[in-house]
Formats: sequence, C-alpha cells, structure tokens
Amino acid sequence: MELITIILSGILIGSSVYMMLSKSIIRIIIGTALLSHGVHLMLLTMGRLKQGNVPVLDPEVSSYTDPLPQALILTAIVIAFALTSYILVLALRMYRELGTDNVEEMKGVPHDD
Amino acid sequence: MTLIHLAILLPVIAAVFIGTLYRYYRRIHLGWFVLPVPLLIVIYLFTLIPRAMNGQVIHETMQFMPRIGMNFDVYIDGLGLLFAILISGIGALVVLYSIGYLSEKENLGNFYVFLLMFMTAMLGIVLNDNVIMLYLFWELTSISSFLLIAFWYTRDRSLYGALKSMIITMFGGFLMLGGFITLYLITGTFSIRGMIEALPQIQESPLAPFAIVLILFGAFTKSAQFPFYIWLPDAMEAPTPVSAYLHSATMVKAGIYLVARFTPLFAFSNLWVWTILIVGLFTMAWASFNAIKKDDLKAILAFSTVSQLGLIMSLLGLGALSLATGANDELFTVAVVAAVFHTINHATFKGALFMITGIIDHETGTRSMKRLGGLLTIMPVSFTLTVITALSMAGLPPFNGFLSKELFLEAMITVLKADFGAMASTDFLIPLVAVIGSIFTFIYSILIIYGIFLGKRTHDTPKEPHDPPVLMLISPAILSLLVIIFGLFPNVLSATIIDPAAMGIMDSAEPLGTHLAMWHGFANPALWATVAVVIIGSVMFYFRDRWMFIYNYHKEAFTLNFLYDQGLLYSRIGSEKVTDGYMTGYIRNYLVYIFGFFIVMGIITLMNSGFNMDFSGFAPVGIQEVIISLIILIATAVILITRSRMVSIIMLGSIGFSMALFFVFFRAPDLALTQLAIETVTTALFLVCFYHLPKKSRHEERMRFKFTNFIVSAGVGILVILFGISAFSGRVFEPISEFHIENVYELAAGGNMVNVILVDFRGFDTLFETLVFGIAGIGIYTLMKLKLTRKDEDNEEHSEESRV
Repeated sequence: MELITIILSGILIGSSVYMMLSKSIIRIIIGTALLSHGVHLMLLTMGRLKQGNVPVLDPEVSSYTDPLPQALILTAIVIAFALTSYILVLALRMYRELGTDNVEEMKGVPHDD
Repeated sequence: MTLIHLAILLPVIAAVFIGTLYRYYRRIHLGWFVLPVPLLIVIYLFTLIPRAMNGQVIHETMQFMPRIGMNFDVYIDGLGLLFAILISGIGALVVLYSIGYLSEKENLGNFYVFLLMFMTAMLGIVLNDNVIMLYLFWELTSISSFLLIAFWYTRDRSLYGALKSMIITMFGGFLMLGGFITLYLITGTFSIRGMIEALPQIQESPLAPFAIVLILFGAFTKSAQFPFYIWLPDAMEAPTPVSAYLHSATMVKAGIYLVARFTPLFAFSNLWVWTILIVGLFTMAWASFNAIKKDDLKAILAFSTVSQLGLIMSLLGLGALSLATGANDELFTVAVVAAVFHTINHATFKGALFMITGIIDHETGTRSMKRLGGLLTIMPVSFTLTVITALSMAGLPPFNGFLSKELFLEAMITVLKADFGAMASTDFLIPLVAVIGSIFTFIYSILIIYGIFLGKRTHDTPKEPHDPPVLMLISPAILSLLVIIFGLFPNVLSATIIDPAAMGIMDSAEPLGTHLAMWHGFANPALWATVAVVIIGSVMFYFRDRWMFIYNYHKEAFTLNFLYDQGLLYSRIGSEKVTDGYMTGYIRNYLVYIFGFFIVMGIITLMNSGFNMDFSGFAPVGIQEVIISLIILIATAVILITRSRMVSIIMLGSIGFSMALFFVFFRAPDLALTQLAIETVTTALFLVCFYHLPKKSRHEERMRFKFTNFIVSAGVGILVILFGISAFSGRVFEPISEFHIENVYELAAGGNMVNVILVDFRGFDTLFETLVFGIAGIGIYTLMKLKLTRKDEDNEEHSEESRV
C-alpha cells in the first residue's frame, strides 16, 4: 500500500510542478492545491499506514497509528486553505486591475534607468 | 570598558549629542562644541607618553563577540600612541580651522558627525590588537571618508571622487580581511601580539606569502600607493579641512601604520620588504613627477601627499629589508626612525599647506595656478606660513622636513654599503630614484610658493584677495610653529615619541637613544645629496619652460584613471547583461531555477547517501484504496490535459474528496473531517471566483505542451518518489510519537491524540497557524476593498479642483 501512495504523491507533486510552470494564473493556483495534496499523502505515508488503531485513547487497544503526522497534516490542510483562498482573491483582483490572467502579461514595462 | 575604550569611543558618543544639538540650537557655530572632544583625547594621550617611554604597553580587553574571537582589545605602545596623538592633535586643529572655513549655511551637523565618526574609527585602528576589530574600524574610515568627500553631494565631481575612493579602499580592505583570516588559519589567533609570538609558524607556513600579498593590498590602497593612488587626487573634492585631515595627515597613513605594525611579523619575507621598498620608491618618484604639471593647487598637494607616503613606505621597506637580509642594524634603525619622524613632519607641514590652500581658495575664489600670482603683498601672513611649510616639504634647513629628508637620503645611500646578494648589481637604482624624486619634490614646493605669491599679479581671481580672519590662521600658524620647533629642537621628539614608536615597529625593548641633529659634518653623503637636489632642482626650476613639454606626451588611453573609468563602465554593462540574462521577470523561469536546483541537489544527495529499498512491512492493499488511487490518477490526468476551467475545478474537488476517503481508510478520522469541510469551502470559493473571471478562457491557446516543463516536473516527481521510498525504507530513529501516545492522558488529560498534540503538545504551532489565518483574512479583505488610485486620475481630479 505504501508504495502505491508514495508513487501517487510523486505523480501529484510532479503534475503540480507542471501546472505551476504554465502561464495562466488559474493553472498555477490549481498546481499549488495539487502540491498540498501530494505532500499530505507523503507525510501520512511516512508514519506507516494502517498500523494499529485510530489514535483515540482506548483501554482495550494496545497499538495506535502514529498520531504525529496526522497532527502535522491537519495544520497543513488549514494553512493550504488560507494560501489557496488568498491567491484566488489575489488572482481575481489582478484580473480586475490588469485585465489578464496571464502572468507574463502582468510584468509591465521595465523602467529604463 | 576602561577609560581607554571610552577615549576611543568618545567622538562617536559626542557625535550623537552634537547631531541632536544641531537640530535645536544654531546660534553658535557647531564647531565650538566639537572642539573639546579631540582636545580632551589628546590631553589624555599625552599623559600616557611617560609610560610609553618606559617601554610599558597598555593592554585592556573588552569582550565584544568572544565566541568568534572578536574582542575590543586596546593595545597601546609607542607606535599606536604616536598615531593616536597625530589623529587627535591634528583633529583638534582641523576642527578649529573648519570653524572659520565652513560658513553656518553649510550642513554643519552632517560634517561634524562624519568627522567625529572618522576620529573614533581612526583611533580604533591604531589602538587595537584584534585584527577583526581593526578591519571593522578600517572600513569605518572608508565609509566616513566617503561621506566627507561627498559632503557637497550636489556636485558630480564630489560624488565621483567619493565613490572612487570607496571602491578602491574597500576593495583593498576586503582583500586585507582575507589576509587576516589567512593569518588566523596559520596561527589560530586574531591578536597581533599572539601572531608575533607565533612567528615560527608563520615563517614555515606556505600560506604566508598569500597573507602578505593580501595585507599589502589593504595597505597600498589605503595609503594611495602606485597603482592605487588615483583615488586621492579625486578625493580633493572634499572640503579643505577634510583634505587636510583625512587625505594627508591621518587616514592615508593607516596603510603606513599597518605596514609598520606588521613589520615584526613579515620582515623575514623577501616578498614583503622588496614589494614595499620598490612600490614606495616608485610611487614617490612618479607622484612627485606628476605633481608638477597640475594646475589645481589641491591636486599638486594630493600628488605630493602620494609621493610623501611613498617615501615613508619605502623607508619602512628598507627597515625591514635590512632585518631580512641580516644587514647592519644601524641601517635598519635609521630607516625606521626616519619613517616615524617623517610621518610626524609630513602631518605638520602638509596639514598646514592644505589649510593655506583652503585660505587661498576661500579668499580668492580659485585654486588654479594660472589665475593666482603676486599675492605676496596682499596676503603676507599666508605667504610666511607657506614659505615655512613648503621649504620644509622641499627638505631645506632649518625646518623639520630637512631632518627627516636627510635621514631618508642617508638611509637610501647606505643601501650601497650593505650586501644584498643577487640584487647588488642594481642597488645603485635605489638612491638614484630617491634623489630624482627629491628633485621633483623640491621643484613643486618652489612652484607652490612662486606660483601663488610671487610673479605677476593676474587680477583674474573671482574675489578680491586679502588675508583671512585670524580664526583660520591659528591652526596653520600652530603647525608652522611646530615645523620650526621640530626643526630646531628635534630631540624634543626623539626620546618621547620617535623612539617608542620605532621600538614598536621593530618589536624590541632596547632603548634606541636616537639623537637627531642638523649637522653631521662634510663626510655625510646625505648632505651632498641634498646640495645636489637643491642645485639641480633650482636649475630645472629656472629652465622649466624648456622641459615642461614632456608632459604633453601623455595619452588619455594609457592613464590609470582611464582604466578605472572603463573598468567601472564595462563591469556595470557586463553585470547588467548577466543579471538581465537570468532575471527575466517571468515567474516561470524563476520556478524552473528553483525546481532545477531541487533536482540537482536531490540527485547529489541520493548519490552521496545512497538509496535504500526495503519492501517489507508494507500494509496490505485493499480494493477500495486501489479504486481511490485510480480516481486520483485519472483526475490528475484530466486536469493536465483539459481545456475547460470548470472541468479542472471539478477534478480538483474530486481529488480533494478522494483524499478525505484515504484519510478514513488510513485511520485518520480528524483529517477526513477537516479535509471534507475545507474541500467543500475551497471548491465553492473557486467557483465564486471563476464566476467573476472572463467567460472565454484564453488559456486554451497556452495549453501547448512544453518539453522543458515536462522534464522539470517529471524530474521533481521521480525524485519525490525516490526520496519517499528511500526515507520509508531506511528509518533511522524510532518515531517520537511514542511519547505522545504514552503521556496523552497523564499530561494533557485528553483521549484524542491528534487533538491533544494540536492544542497542547504543539500548542504554539496552532496558535501561529491562527495567526497565519488572520493575516490571510486581512489580506483578502484588503484585496477586496482596496481602491487603487492611478496617477493620471489623481491629476485629473486636481485639475478639476483647480478649475473649481
């Protein structure tokens, strides 16, 4: 199972890089969202999958899944959400101001000095 | 922190108050408040002279950054004390002079703050034992020199000169730091004393020549030796008190000090002594030759300063030379004493000459030799002072310049007697160059007197000249008086200051018992050399119209200044091209650099640490997980190739929800819940935003497949997979979560471990997470509400208002 999730997260991260290298700002944002999914999956895998029980204290259970990656991922999910919503609004605003969603057209004219 | 530390830092502390005072109180010239600072320091330093005479050294440590060996170690011996007295003494005179020179309309606050900053920096250099602190103060003098040269910052020439001096001196200073670090590598200490104790290690080390060359770069750039002297003439754009202080009496002597200080360390090396001797002598002759053709009075003095610095430098080289070759000690002593004595003398006569130049500039409005002339009857006091100081510079009796110049010539002539082995056949060149340099020195000294005060009056000066106010005359008069006193009674200095300083250079404890005198009898070759210099110089001065044409053979393209300007220009163009080459302004290129770097570093890491692969202990694969994996794969593929934005959002949502399912299967219910909630909100947000974005998406045409992008992303993906497998298989430590599992109830009284970790064990993480969330929220709110006003709209509004 872990092999599958590692490869899957590799594919997710690779695709996210491909998306981030494109010109459209929407594709870049989708790329960052994909990146966070790939990273979460990788983190979870590093704590070993399906070993032991749900990490809620129970006197009858002796072995639990590693709770630490889960706590990390929980933080990461929320932060990723903050980031995604911020750049979405930023993209929206940029489109309104500059009339384009192409990052290469946003560059403006360099000052000659 | 002792009194000595306080004395060094006093100018900087005073600068704070002076700067504040200038804001609120301007009725009295600010210089009067500055004057007590150098006076106090010089009085304090005079009290230290008896200790230096007895050969006592003062060593006070103040911890500054002990971890990196950077301590404020004050070390005062005769050498340091001499320079410190020069710095504070001339400093006091210069401040006094500047009160008359700078009118109250100038920005006096800046001027005196920079000047005080310089004073501390300079004292810090000469009274220091720690080379890293020395370097710090060294660069501080470069910075304050830059600020002072650019004091009239609206003038282009000032800025050019300031920049030039800073580039050249900082270039040298930085190399010098390299030299200090090399010495640290050899000896393991930053203390100069410690280095001298570790002399055998330095002598054996193959790194020593490296350190020598680097340190000499620092000394030669600061002391304006060939070929780095070009910054000094341009530094003359500074106000004249600054030229008198920094660019003739003190800062340019820092290089001399450095060479003197490191003489005990490097005298063993032929590289050190020959480089200093040859560069110094050549600089002396070359600069005095060049001084004659200059029209600007300050330019003549600048070249003259370069020449005199070369003279002192060559004496130090000679002193070290005789130590290196084992020649007679007497020669060594004469050269070192001459160097020390001339350092003092040069500060007196050149400081005075600069001040007189300032007076002439102030009173006539010009410094051009062509427009000046015949001022003798109009400015008699200035004339007297000029004659005294210029003749001292020329090396004529009964002034102090004569004494040190004769010692110089004597030392250079005695070289012939010493046996220097392989160099024996060419050693006649050394006195020859010295005499040639002295002849030109004589000529330009006479030229200064003649050009300004004698000859015909031109009536071409912008202002009607007259003698200046007394305030401006006090300082040059004091210096001229010293010129005479040191000339007539040189032994006032010999036991008190010169001997301790010379002993400091030679690092010996034996008293020298130097006795300086005007008359050494007819057998003294230096006397005949002086006579020859005077006769040849007078003849050449008389017939100067016949040979001055040689200066016309001077090609712009071969000068060092041309080299500097072109070098600066082309390095600017070159760096612009390089920077423009990779700083394209396109985010894609930057991301390619980042990911490319990641790939390269990843490959290197894998090659170094090896790749682990261990497929045991994997969890079983369930059919539902395979299905979810397939959904994610398909959705990712669709996102990559789809042209419709809506489809890609839906696919992104499906990936998110599949992740939530994964979390459920992998025993992470909290994650699954959070993921579900967040994913719903995110998808909704995407949809809301896209409602406002253009209907017709133009990103279709940009969907072309890009090979580089593919390579980079495939590389990143494969590396991530390899890292994942390797990290998973080669687990080095036990997971730390055992601690959390065991203590979750005892320490935090909670059952849900993930929650407890978030709010208790790692509570601060969560706290700052909410902070990030808050910042994002403020950002989003601002982006929605912010009203950008464009400039042209503003103008329109204003014009409308004005119409109303």
